[in-house]
Amino acid sequence: MSASKKNTLQAWLFLAPALLLLLAFSFWPVGFGSYLAFTQYNLIDAPVWVGLDNFRELFEDELFISALQNSALYLLVVPAIQVLAILLAVLVNNQLPGIKFYRAAYYLPVVTTVSVIGVIWNFMYTDDGALNAVLRWLHVINEPIGWLSDDRIALFSVMFVTIWRGLGWYMVLYLAGLQSVPQDVYEAAVLDGANAWQRFWKITVPLLMPTILLCSVMSMLAAVKCFEEVQIMTKGGPMQSTYTALFYAYEFGIKSLNFGRALAASLVMSVFCVALAWLNFRYLQPRKK
Amino acid sequence: MEKTLPMPRAATAKKINMNKLANRTLHYLVLTLLAVITVYPFWWTLVTALSTSGDVFTYPPRMWPENPGLDNFVEVFKTIDVIAFYKNSIIISVLTVAGTLIVCSMAAYPLARMQFPGRNIVFGAILATMILPSEVNFLVNFITVSKLGMGDTYTGVILPGLAGAVGIFLMKQAFEAVPNDLVDAARVDGATEWQIFWHIMLPLARPALAALTILTLVAAWNQYIWPSIVMASPDKFPLSVGVLYLSGAFSFKIRVVAAGAVLTVLPILIVFLFTQRYFLRGFDGAVK
Repeated sequence: MSASKKNTLQAWLFLAPALLLLLAFSFWPVGFGSYLAFTQYNLIDAPVWVGLDNFRELFEDELFISALQNSALYLLVVPAIQVLAILLAVLVNNQLPGIKFYRAAYYLPVVTTVSVIGVIWNFMYTDDGALNAVLRWLHVINEPIGWLSDDRIALFSVMFVTIWRGLGWYMVLYLAGLQSVPQDVYEAAVLDGANAWQRFWKITVPLLMPTILLCSVMSMLAAVKCFEEVQIMTKGGPMQSTYTALFYAYEFGIKSLNFGRALAASLVMSVFCVALAWLNFRYLQPRKK
Repeated sequence: MEKTLPMPRAATAKKINMNKLANRTLHYLVLTLLAVITVYPFWWTLVTALSTSGDVFTYPPRMWPENPGLDNFVEVFKTIDVIAFYKNSIIISVLTVAGTLIVCSMAAYPLARMQFPGRNIVFGAILATMILPSEVNFLVNFITVSKLGMGDTYTGVILPGLAGAVGIFLMKQAFEAVPNDLVDAARVDGATEWQIFWHIMLPLARPALAALTILTLVAAWNQYIWPSIVMASPDKFPLSVGVLYLSGAFSFKIRVVAAGAVLTVLPILIVFLFTQRYFLRGFDGAVK
């Protein structure tokens, strides 16, 4: 065997475990999943080709339509997370005494498992729970609010938990972005008499654009695919008001073993996600001059 | 432009100092308010888990435990098999970390240091997995794992997550930073690629391996949905899944559920407190 052939073989041997795993658990799901979306499949019998039936049933199912709407509504968390995360990053981007404590405090929810977060927030949200108690104490409300039991509010309560647990993660990304902004730009701006507000809008935000793009794509895709919080906190209720598209796919796939319908739903979601990512890059990409 | 009366120097300096103090106070006020929002739910849970008497829900909310004691924790151990959950979480986390380190660093080595046909295609394919809609993979992966007879097994929980693009890139970067001279010298001495990888690359990439270990450990300990899908028998649940089993079956025992939640997050919070820099990186560079 020639030296270069041996070299090639060795390289592929090094790569083999990772490539096999990626093939089986990252690429196969996309291909096989897309195929199953056009079949009827219950894990036991062989898949039966049904053409577009699953998609027709999907769009005739009011539950899926409302789940899709909820997933779209879920995008409201994106601006909230971005604004708050940038605020946090600016606030902790210094060496004030105790700042490390604050950074860790904001990051705490990120390293907590989502199941415990669900349990904790179910405590917070009950009628006599801490949230209602604080709001009554501050005289914001008189009657307790049914954060998770009122079908008009429940989805927003779940969305708040998503914001709460994601903030620290985006804060860290923005901090990295902030720290790549050269300090002398700020110093020059101060000499020119720019106040903090002007410096933020004229220097920080434009230079932070690549990070904002990255974070908004990440949080948008995470928002439309959100379902763990729903699965833990509300199971889609009350009155199916917190169904998101992926929770629908989870229920039909994992719970009812109706994989055709579940994968059709997730294929619709994937198309939705690709469109969102494309829109982001189209409109938030810094213009090259 | 507004005209200001000339002020003596000391007075100006004092005014600036007062402004600075006011700003600083406001700064800390906002910081603290936000920290209360992120930390209080945890604090409430801890306080409730430690309280052994009185109402669970109080008005205004409780700030300190009433009759602090460990009764609720003892109750958790009596109610569910926490030891088994801990064992499962540890097995899953340790094997996931070990597997990830091996698989990712092996894949990263040829990508960083070897020339071979197909290198760019492989690199592109790994990059592509970051764009694929991976959140929906769990549906087909559940089918795959079941068909391979790995349902309800640790292998089924661990295997799908081992090869990750992030881990591979992290190791690739570390390997690329190793000086060429070392590698060339080893090749001249007749070292095989495996020996170079094992005796030169890995020891020099220790910081990257440490970072990957910590990040993977926390992610593996915290993963919830995938193990809850794969594991069917409760005695194989990791803590993240077991805690919901507790809150589902004993939702009326709120203090016990709170204690269960504390037991679930405590180990990982301790890990986090000692390894914060791996998560909160980004500041250490510029603001030193």
